[in-house]
Amino acid sequence: MLRFIGFRLLQALPVLLVVITVTFFLIRVAPGGPFDSEKAVIPEVQAALEAQYRLNLTLFQQYTAYLGDLFHGDFGPSFKYPGRSVNELIAAGFPVTAELAFYALLVALTIGGIAGIVASLKPNSAQDYIPMSVAMIGICMPSLLLGPILILLFGIYLDWLPVSGWGDSPGDKILPAITLGSAYAAYIARLSRAGMLEVMSQDYIRTARAKGLPEWQVVSRHALRGGMIPVVAFLVLAFAGLLSGSFVVETIFQIPGLGRFYVQAAFNRDYTMILGSTIFLATLIVFFNLLSDILAAWMNPRLRDQMRAL
Amino acid sequence: MLKVQHLSVSFVTRLGANKAVDNVTFSVESGKITAIIGESGSGKSVACCSLLGLIPSPPGLIEGGRALFDGKDLTKLNEAQLRKIRGRDIAMVFQDPMTCLNPYMTIGDQLTESLRYHQKIRRTEARRRAIELLQEVGIREPASTIDSYPHQFSGGMRQRVMIAMALINEPKLLIADEPTTALDVTIQAQILQLLADLQKRRDIGILFISHDLAVIADIADQIVVMQEGKVVETGTRSEIFHNAQHPYTQRLLAAIPTGGKEIASPESESLIQIRDLCTWFQHSNAPVKAVDGVNFDIYRGEVLGLVGESGSGKSTIGRSILRLVNVTSGQIIFDGLDVTALRPHELKKLRRRMQFIFQDPFASLNPRMTVYETLSEPLLLHRIENRSTVAASVLRLMDNVGLARGFARKYPHEFSGGQRQRIAIGRAVATRPEFIVADEPVSALDVTIQAQILELMRELGREYGLTMLFISHDLAVVRQLADRIIVLQAGKVVEQASTRDLFAQPQKAYTRQLLQSIPGRGLLKGDVAGG
Repeated sequence: MLRFIGFRLLQALPVLLVVITVTFFLIRVAPGGPFDSEKAVIPEVQAALEAQYRLNLTLFQQYTAYLGDLFHGDFGPSFKYPGRSVNELIAAGFPVTAELAFYALLVALTIGGIAGIVASLKPNSAQDYIPMSVAMIGICMPSLLLGPILILLFGIYLDWLPVSGWGDSPGDKILPAITLGSAYAAYIARLSRAGMLEVMSQDYIRTARAKGLPEWQVVSRHALRGGMIPVVAFLVLAFAGLLSGSFVVETIFQIPGLGRFYVQAAFNRDYTMILGSTIFLATLIVFFNLLSDILAAWMNPRLRDQMRAL
Repeated sequence: MLKVQHLSVSFVTRLGANKAVDNVTFSVESGKITAIIGESGSGKSVACCSLLGLIPSPPGLIEGGRALFDGKDLTKLNEAQLRKIRGRDIAMVFQDPMTCLNPYMTIGDQLTESLRYHQKIRRTEARRRAIELLQEVGIREPASTIDSYPHQFSGGMRQRVMIAMALINEPKLLIADEPTTALDVTIQAQILQLLADLQKRRDIGILFISHDLAVIADIADQIVVMQEGKVVETGTRSEIFHNAQHPYTQRLLAAIPTGGKEIASPESESLIQIRDLCTWFQHSNAPVKAVDGVNFDIYRGEVLGLVGESGSGKSTIGRSILRLVNVTSGQIIFDGLDVTALRPHELKKLRRRMQFIFQDPFASLNPRMTVYETLSEPLLLHRIENRSTVAASVLRLMDNVGLARGFARKYPHEFSGGQRQRIAIGRAVATRPEFIVADEPVSALDVTIQAQILELMRELGREYGLTMLFISHDLAVVRQLADRIIVLQAGKVVEQASTRDLFAQPQKAYTRQLLQSIPGRGLLKGDVAGG
């Protein structure tokens, strides 16, 4: 088991190195730089700035120096926010984004899971078609559209919920969580429907019915575990996806999360911030991939025995 | 105890109604075993499952008839009333213990849940009773194994667990739907014995569904023969076995493998020599020694039977000879060539001369290729024919394996199991190989189809002058085709002898045990115990 995890982590190192290298050189290819501006800057100031941020070195020297810093866990200083390091900015933004992603997943799992299971119990009937059509709409509707619609409806016309902020007024976390979670709810609905349908056709479900168990016990005791394995594997992956994909929702609802920092950094050519966030998110994605594999195997007793032997 | 009268069940779809069970009448008495015999699709399982409301409905629909059990008509009960009977008064054991147990739950949880649901007893008490019952069905150390998951048991042990699960509520009637079909012969014999013992000890009625008359020859009191949804004959065991009236019953009896092949070929030169063959599989730390130091020869023109239980390494030997798995050590000499040392392009040449027939004709045929494509592929691949001449060859091949020429453009799913195995055999003989490995080619088939396929293999063997390695767990089947037999156990050769000698004078205890496990062996000797 430990060997398996160790091996997978080792495998992740070259992946991360490629991500770092490609990102590092790609952002330099983009025109413009962090200190370009309309106003003329005194050459001495410009030179001093560039020296401070190592921009006077050759590109390759910058690259090796950056790798050296990374090795010590240092993402370097931000180019745009003087006096603040990228580590600090990530530490400030990440908890907000993680909380948002967590609520969004809760929304997605509740709505999607229930819809999928309900649909799977009577396939090809209204009980199936209606939730699955709604799910399809959920997949097709971008959060860019859903967010403003929700704001308009619940924030402005009905005036039930605040329309922006994070932790400033009660209930301001509800709309962002729903907006971010809805697309994932749709995926989960489809996954859990497919998973449940497959399990419900297994021989051991017939065995459970032959025991005389009522249908709700057949579903909850016998079908749910097998049927939900793909959903769990997806959930963990989705969490990583939510962390890196929350920027639209953070922008709509004015949430000070990592996603907004990330996108602003790209506009500002804040080299270290872009790199730092990319590496941080790539590491998380690798980690969650591993976690997803382990969890899915752990839920299956047969694979669990094989895992223990590794 | 159970009286089924004039039962009719249909599957109603948009395309019309399909009568699966047509006016069927039979009964089960308490303390007796009634067997329903029929091929797949004869409606025997549907008839029994419909009584308990276990057929998918819609499209399944009970159209008429009665099923009296304990003074109640099962066909008139609603779902809630049926549920009270299911698992408590009438319990079921299904065919495949691999798929019928929930892989995500411990067997203890699966055993006790119906006990706790039907009788509302406490967890600790339910557990105690489950352990007792596991002991009774022959599970070793039940107190600790009760917390194991199904995959930790062998097939035979899982079927014992299934039986324990069915018996836990002390039902009056047990419906066993092909309970031994998925098992090895020796395990089958044990399970049949167990069922017969339990039935006597508990004085319950058993409804035993099977496609194989031989299986129930020793245990059934009453036999009901079904064909195409109808009962064609009913009688006591001795009536059916000694005095069958209906031609279909007579055909089923004739299909029971009896007797052996006339041994024709005298000693000829050996085509394949296998020396110290070891094929091990790496599994975590210790290797699994699937084949462990095996020596034997296969002579030109003979059919060599390779017999053993699952896990004896018989399939691995077959695969090793064709280099479908990598050999750990030892030599396989085919016509002077060392197969284990061949390079890929030499191997391709050799594979034209050696072919494989697999057990499952469902899984081994490409579902997206027509019969024509399947049969022409090896001919084109090995440049035996070109695009313009291949058609005639394929049609000739189809004639040879008994497939109508009109089937050429059809896909595997449009065929029955027997027809599919004919396609697989056609593919194997297409390149006119000298040697064929047939790995359990008939064990997925109904008995009557089995007999036909064995006949086809015998004919083709003669016509093509084939040398064959015939792998099976079933001695009765091997006996019909093989000149010589090798018995394997745990990767080692136990005994090898000519078929006649092996049956007449088995030398080793293990061989005797295998021979005793052949179902309905009384029939083989020609003396059925009277019912």
